[in-house]
Amino acid sequence: MISKWVQYFLAALIPALLPGIAGAERYNLQAPQSLIAHEIYDLHTLIFLICCAIFVVVFGTMTYSIIKHRKAAGHKAAQFHENTTVEIIWTVVPFIILIGMAIPATKTILAMKDTSNPDITIKATGYQWKWGYDYLHDGVSFYSSLATPRDLVTDKSPEGAKKRAEHANYLLEVDNPVVVPVGKKIRVIITANDVIHAWWVPAFGVKQDAIPGFVRDTWFRADKVGIYRGQCAELCGKEHGFMPIVVEVVEQEKYDQWIAEQKKKTAANAAASGTMDGKAVYEKYCVACHGTGVAGAPKLGDKAAWAPRLKQGQEVLYTHALKGFKAMPPKGGAADMSDAVIKATVDYLSAAGK
Amino acid sequence: MEAAHTHDHAHGHDDHAHHPTGLMRWVTTTNHKDIGTLYLLFSLTMFFIGGLLAFGIRAELFQPGLQYWEPEFFNQLTTMHGLIMVFGAIMPAFVGFANWQIPMMIGAPDMAFARMNNWSFWLLPPAAILLVSSFFVPGGAPAAGWTIYAPLSTQMGPGMDLGIFALHIMGASSIMGSINIVTTILNMRAPGMTLMKMPLFVWTWLITAYLLIAVMPVLAGAITMVLTDRHFGTNFFNAAGGGDPVMFQHIFWFFGHPEVYIMILPAFGIVSQVIPAFARKPLFGYASMVYATSSIAILSFIVWAHHMFTTGMPAAGQLFFMFATMLIAVPTGVKVFNWIATMWKGSMTFETPMLFACGFLFVFSMGGFTGLVCAITPIDIQIQDTYYVVAHFHYVLVAGSLFAIFSGTYFWLPKWTGHMYSETLGKAHFWLSIVFFNITFFPMHFLGLAGMPRRIPDYAMQFTDFNMIASIGALGFGLAQLLFVAAIVKCARGGEKAPANPWEGADTLEWTLPSPAPYHSFVTPPVIK
Amino acid sequence: MVTLTQSNLQTMRKLFIVALAMFGFGFALIPFYQKICEVTGVNLLLKPAEISNTQVDVTRFVTIEFDSNLRSSLPWTFKPLETSVRIHPGELTTVLYEIRNTSTRAITGQAVPSYGPNVAEQYFKKLDCFCFTQQTLQPGESRQMQVVFVIESGLPKDVGTITLSYSFFEVEGAAKKAG
Repeated sequence: MISKWVQYFLAALIPALLPGIAGAERYNLQAPQSLIAHEIYDLHTLIFLICCAIFVVVFGTMTYSIIKHRKAAGHKAAQFHENTTVEIIWTVVPFIILIGMAIPATKTILAMKDTSNPDITIKATGYQWKWGYDYLHDGVSFYSSLATPRDLVTDKSPEGAKKRAEHANYLLEVDNPVVVPVGKKIRVIITANDVIHAWWVPAFGVKQDAIPGFVRDTWFRADKVGIYRGQCAELCGKEHGFMPIVVEVVEQEKYDQWIAEQKKKTAANAAASGTMDGKAVYEKYCVACHGTGVAGAPKLGDKAAWAPRLKQGQEVLYTHALKGFKAMPPKGGAADMSDAVIKATVDYLSAAGK
Repeated sequence: MEAAHTHDHAHGHDDHAHHPTGLMRWVTTTNHKDIGTLYLLFSLTMFFIGGLLAFGIRAELFQPGLQYWEPEFFNQLTTMHGLIMVFGAIMPAFVGFANWQIPMMIGAPDMAFARMNNWSFWLLPPAAILLVSSFFVPGGAPAAGWTIYAPLSTQMGPGMDLGIFALHIMGASSIMGSINIVTTILNMRAPGMTLMKMPLFVWTWLITAYLLIAVMPVLAGAITMVLTDRHFGTNFFNAAGGGDPVMFQHIFWFFGHPEVYIMILPAFGIVSQVIPAFARKPLFGYASMVYATSSIAILSFIVWAHHMFTTGMPAAGQLFFMFATMLIAVPTGVKVFNWIATMWKGSMTFETPMLFACGFLFVFSMGGFTGLVCAITPIDIQIQDTYYVVAHFHYVLVAGSLFAIFSGTYFWLPKWTGHMYSETLGKAHFWLSIVFFNITFFPMHFLGLAGMPRRIPDYAMQFTDFNMIASIGALGFGLAQLLFVAAIVKCARGGEKAPANPWEGADTLEWTLPSPAPYHSFVTPPVIK
Repeated sequence: MVTLTQSNLQTMRKLFIVALAMFGFGFALIPFYQKICEVTGVNLLLKPAEISNTQVDVTRFVTIEFDSNLRSSLPWTFKPLETSVRIHPGELTTVLYEIRNTSTRAITGQAVPSYGPNVAEQYFKKLDCFCFTQQTLQPGESRQMQVVFVIESGLPKDVGTITLSYSFFEVEGAAKKAG
């Protein structure tokens, strides 16, 4: 009889535990994919275990005391209130444990700071609210913005929730990922354009604040080919939650191919940006807000929303577009566009709103 | 000074019997007990406002997608929740305790500067109104996080200015309150009460008040600089004009880290009163408690940059701040060990104050352990600005400061109201609080480790279930606090008469007074043997 | 005899002075921080350096990468003419940056340099730099500007690559003094 219950119990328990074991990552740091991330992971495990041991000893004592030394159990209070030996011991022992923790931590800190002799240097620039990347030696530059459609984020219907759940890498996908070769030392120079952001890829153990006006550097060397995802980790305004980082680690040959393609694209872009018309700029930059109407942005073609704005006169609209206005960043975030192109875009938008 | 004439009543308190009644009694009061009550009620109100904002946050995070708020409003919620809880709820609550208890515990008739005491309280409501009203100005409330990091905070709308003014006023109030407390403790102890005979609550407040006097002005400086950067063309934090945005963080955390201890040291003090009372045994290691508190306070001035490990400081800086931070674990450990040694071989009973004190020990220590994890620079770089940090500081601030406030409230309610609180309500409040607290905040450790940044209104799918659990827990925790209000209201309105000392093991001076404590107590100072 | 009121007031005065002093201290942190930076050689931004030792260390090479950033809405283009150079420590090097004003108004800008890794900063000595002064560009004007620098031979051995990064900021209103 009992064995039958045990069987039932185990039958219920094992499936319950399995996802727990398979999904151990859900309860711990992400699987490390670089030397530093490995060191951080091990350091965390070590300190976690030490803390658990101390917790068990200290609170085991407390629990014992709570059970045994209660008035209801008839315990009479002792009246001691000091013991120099004990007090010295529990000052010195933690100190020694701390030294034991500090030594491996120090080693890791020094390793993290060693940005010497990189194979590739990439500059990451935080913008409100996207990342810009420059491969300094190759002259490749591009922006990397959230690829998850805004409609999906704001869809409040039950189907919306379902669609989000089925959407792979919801909020962790970008249009242009950073591509790096596997096993190469990548130095990342990090800065920002407007406010402080932070460039964070957990799998590489890399997090560095991006500070406007200053560059900071960090490095990683990816162990394995794959796609690694992170997010901006410093509050940078309203879209802070919507500027992910995606690093695609590929074989060297594929990287070479990619960089060659990017060089072509960058060259083509440079030629085109002077000639981009208002519509093209709108579709590339403005649509994110003016297409959806977030943050009070007047939608393209929404005559009611545009009427009061058009009344202010075209010059005011130009200034707002160039300098930024309320939630709108300067040039709508299209910082590399010339003033003339931005004005053409304003003309395009206002024509549609008349 | 105005304060001077309030000491006249040492010669006879008849002239004080005809104090105004009704509302004017509270507006004009210079009585430390009235002012203490005002502080506590103010703090309770702000606690619920801050809690409402927290509920707004948790509702949005219940599931992925933007459900209720625009992202900018979400940022206002997180910012205001932080500011209101820190400056409106926790700090004034402890000042309330100080006002009620310190004069009674050291045998003084009142606070040293009774009129200034009235001012320092009455600065708070206007400041709170200013702060909350920032929600209604164009651009909304401050949304740069409670740390108001520049240059994000220089970008904000007029709500930020209101926030800054509110902080200035609250800071002024805190400084005045602290000066009052230090003066009272140093000059007005009953004959025979040497410093080393003071109850530990008084000791922790003395140290806290010094911390406040030292760091609140630094915060005032930092936010003044933000203000002038915003409006008067200075470039303190603007790289374009030769400033440095990281400088703001240095100044802010030079205030901010001691501030953390400002919010926990009085809690240590309360717990140090409650545990011996219910263990019926003197506090273990009184002297080492005093030294540990002092060393925590001193160390708090040299660890601030551990909040800034990811700003890219040189390795030497990271090492220094890591070692200094880890060192804090030693005195903190000593305190925990002392409390447990106080319980050891005691004769314990578990009324609500003791339950909260034990809950405090358990859960605060967990926050201490995660604090140690955060102190290790490489790990901190991985978990900084994630939900792990959110979990960590809620373990120390909610389970630490707030549970101690609950403990102290139940402990002293009989003295304040003259009635016993309802033990049933109190115990229900405790158990619901500690269970829902852990449901809310424990999963956040996992979220942070797995890589969920804090201060985001929407998150990736893999974080869904833990967020859901946390939101349910938050609702439960919030509702459980209604029991706290019920317990207080019930106790204030009536109930079993409280004797002068309802706790067998409590031996500080306030328990020698009748319950409720008379409006004027210790007009003739008691003599301490 | 000193009455309680007197001694209370005295204590209050002392504590108020402490509070005021701490308010000042908040502001003093800025020059203090800059002094520390000066002593340690971090964030020495806008002044020509004095070189103590011009001995060229031919036994090692350092790669210097050049980077450029434009802040916010500055309608300029700004780029280094070379992306990197490989030099010996101690070697006097000159590189050029080019700026162009693509807008239709005259604009004044100020460049702020920054270094990665940070530790390189104290060994990176600029003798001349366009960042020492503000640059005003007429509409459509372009200008090549030089940076003359030496990497001091004391540079730690493990630093093989240094990035020199400039950010140009618009100086709004000619009257406003920069930094």
